[in-house]
Amino acid sequence: MTATGPATVPVTAALALGDDALVLSHRLGEWAGHAPVLEEEVALANIALDLLGQARVLLSMAGDEDELAYLREERAFRNLQLVEQPNGDFAHTIARQLYFSTYQELLYAELAAGDGPFAPLAAKAVKEVAYHRDHAEQWTLRLGDGTETSHERMRRACEALWKFTGEMFQPVEGLDIDPTGLDRRWQESVTEVLGRATLPLPEGPRTGAWSAGAGRQGLHTEPFGRMLAEMQHLHRSHPGATW
Amino acid sequence: MATAAPRRTARTQAGGAADTVDTAAYQHAFDAAVAADERIEPRDWMPDAYRATLVRQIAQHAHSEIIGMQPEANWITRAPSLRRKAILMAKVQDEAGHGLYLYSAAETLGTGRDELLDKLHSGRQKYSSIFNYPTLTWADVGAIGWLVDGAAITNQVPLCRCSYGPYARAMVRICKEESFHQRQGYELLLALSKGTPEQHAMAQDAVDRWWWPSLMMFGPPDDASQHSAQSMEWKIKRHSNDELRQRFVDICVPQAESLGLTLPDPDLRWNEERGHHDFGAIDWTEFWEVLKGNGPCNEQRITQRTHAHDEGAWVREAAAAHAAKHTSGTTAADGTDGTALTTGETEAERA
Amino acid sequence: MSTTDWPLWEVFVRSRRGLSHTHAGSLHAPDAELALRNARDLYTRRGEGVSIWVVPAAAITASSPDEKDPFFEPAADKPYRHPTFYEIPEGVKHL
Repeated sequence: MTATGPATVPVTAALALGDDALVLSHRLGEWAGHAPVLEEEVALANIALDLLGQARVLLSMAGDEDELAYLREERAFRNLQLVEQPNGDFAHTIARQLYFSTYQELLYAELAAGDGPFAPLAAKAVKEVAYHRDHAEQWTLRLGDGTETSHERMRRACEALWKFTGEMFQPVEGLDIDPTGLDRRWQESVTEVLGRATLPLPEGPRTGAWSAGAGRQGLHTEPFGRMLAEMQHLHRSHPGATW
Repeated sequence: MATAAPRRTARTQAGGAADTVDTAAYQHAFDAAVAADERIEPRDWMPDAYRATLVRQIAQHAHSEIIGMQPEANWITRAPSLRRKAILMAKVQDEAGHGLYLYSAAETLGTGRDELLDKLHSGRQKYSSIFNYPTLTWADVGAIGWLVDGAAITNQVPLCRCSYGPYARAMVRICKEESFHQRQGYELLLALSKGTPEQHAMAQDAVDRWWWPSLMMFGPPDDASQHSAQSMEWKIKRHSNDELRQRFVDICVPQAESLGLTLPDPDLRWNEERGHHDFGAIDWTEFWEVLKGNGPCNEQRITQRTHAHDEGAWVREAAAAHAAKHTSGTTAADGTDGTALTTGETEAERA
Repeated sequence: MSTTDWPLWEVFVRSRRGLSHTHAGSLHAPDAELALRNARDLYTRRGEGVSIWVVPAAAITASSPDEKDPFFEPAADKPYRHPTFYEIPEGVKHL
């Protein structure tokens, strides 16, 4: 896929943000029919739908949304490794959402305040994302400070995903933000929520040899390939067809 | 049940025989309300059998919504365009929502959701047999929208006038929201039908497989339907199974023509005299087999459902434990003032 | 009540400014915050509301249908409370 969007659009950045939203939406969509309580079926689908809407706008800025979603190979996707992580249990899904939505809310607030090409999208999306962050925060509090089992599950989930959080603050070409400042505010916010949830702040490194900005460079984790295979197979089986 | 007795005087004058006479008076008031097309509300007296019939029907309806999520969710991760993916996700989400509206309606009759889910999981309550068929191709998503939702809407629109208020109100909301479900299915099939030869074949195959099960959704023929007559008398049900089935067939025939697809019934033809379409005999053996649990997906559907419920137990417990820690002494759990309330009744509905 | 039994909440939605909150339905939630969020997702996902109340179902005291007559009938025979009770000569305006 070549970088041939409209002249003023930073294609790399549009793909990075668009792929984040697309991939996380897909993962949340996998919960349909499996959620721990019916009310969460509705809530998770709401978040997935918001993200899919954002993905469609962002990918359309970079080209044809379906071509980009269905015809790129794994190595051409620019999403964070965090969002492609399998759902795991509900605690893992919530931890992933807390980390990502906190980042996305801060990022979109900054983009919305500017006058760059992403400002209109960000202005709308930041309201959606604030709700996603709130949802993740509410559940982090309940799982962290719920039962012993839930506390332990949530603690493990926060730790397991911690190593994917450094990647969010690598500079992205065409994204006019201050990654260091973003990172600082992200850490403050997450530290505060985990503290209220009686959860320890994970201590491990926030980047690893393989996860240091790797998703943005098109290096992904193994489960992502299988996710794409499932997502793309029908579209690819009928080249040129209209749906 | 006793014959009619004067409503108010019976209560004040009957003395020792108050209970029996009261029941008769209440029955009379109930019958009169139903006859006058008034709605029965949760705190009104109602015959036990009316309550039981409603709980059974509303529960089955709610279970159908949440089990019905599965065959369609089966395609969310494989939807062939982002537009279709968004539509399908929104639709499956609506089904969860509809399940919730209906469990709430059942709850106004004094039966909680946990109890109903338990009956679903243990096989003591049913859901619509249609969801025991598999979604084998993408076109099945379209066929479900057009035929299955179409049949459901034909069944449900009259329920908006059901004699039980909370059920009727839930159905109004559901019917309003479902109008998009059928249209998206039709549109999906139309795109396939007008697409490549492979896509067209996929659409035809789906219609071939879903047509007969959709006709079975209206239930057994009138002469074999055990609950129909009483339900019609109570105005829970407004039209007979066969009447609704005929209405559905008449609606579908011209729609299939504009789709460019064939309905798999060689006996299907217009009957000028009746002013309706004649159609072939339904294989009721298949219907009863699937109902008994021998359909292609009965076991799979319940297994997934109970698995999700069991796996979610720790989450529900955690939230309850958190609430107990942080809201004790205030509202939610402790009922405070000793006003004893019937288990699970939806209080605002009682007003 | 088992530990997984979340209490019932009644949901009231203001569909737009200028209208009062109307009963929309009920739902289960472990606490008020989640009840409010669940209500938002369940009852306003098509933009049906601008404000939501959630009330623990157990906190509502309702009149009984048996009290229907003593509660409401006395109001029915006071037609003089309604403006249509009064005859006003034709042509008198702003009344």
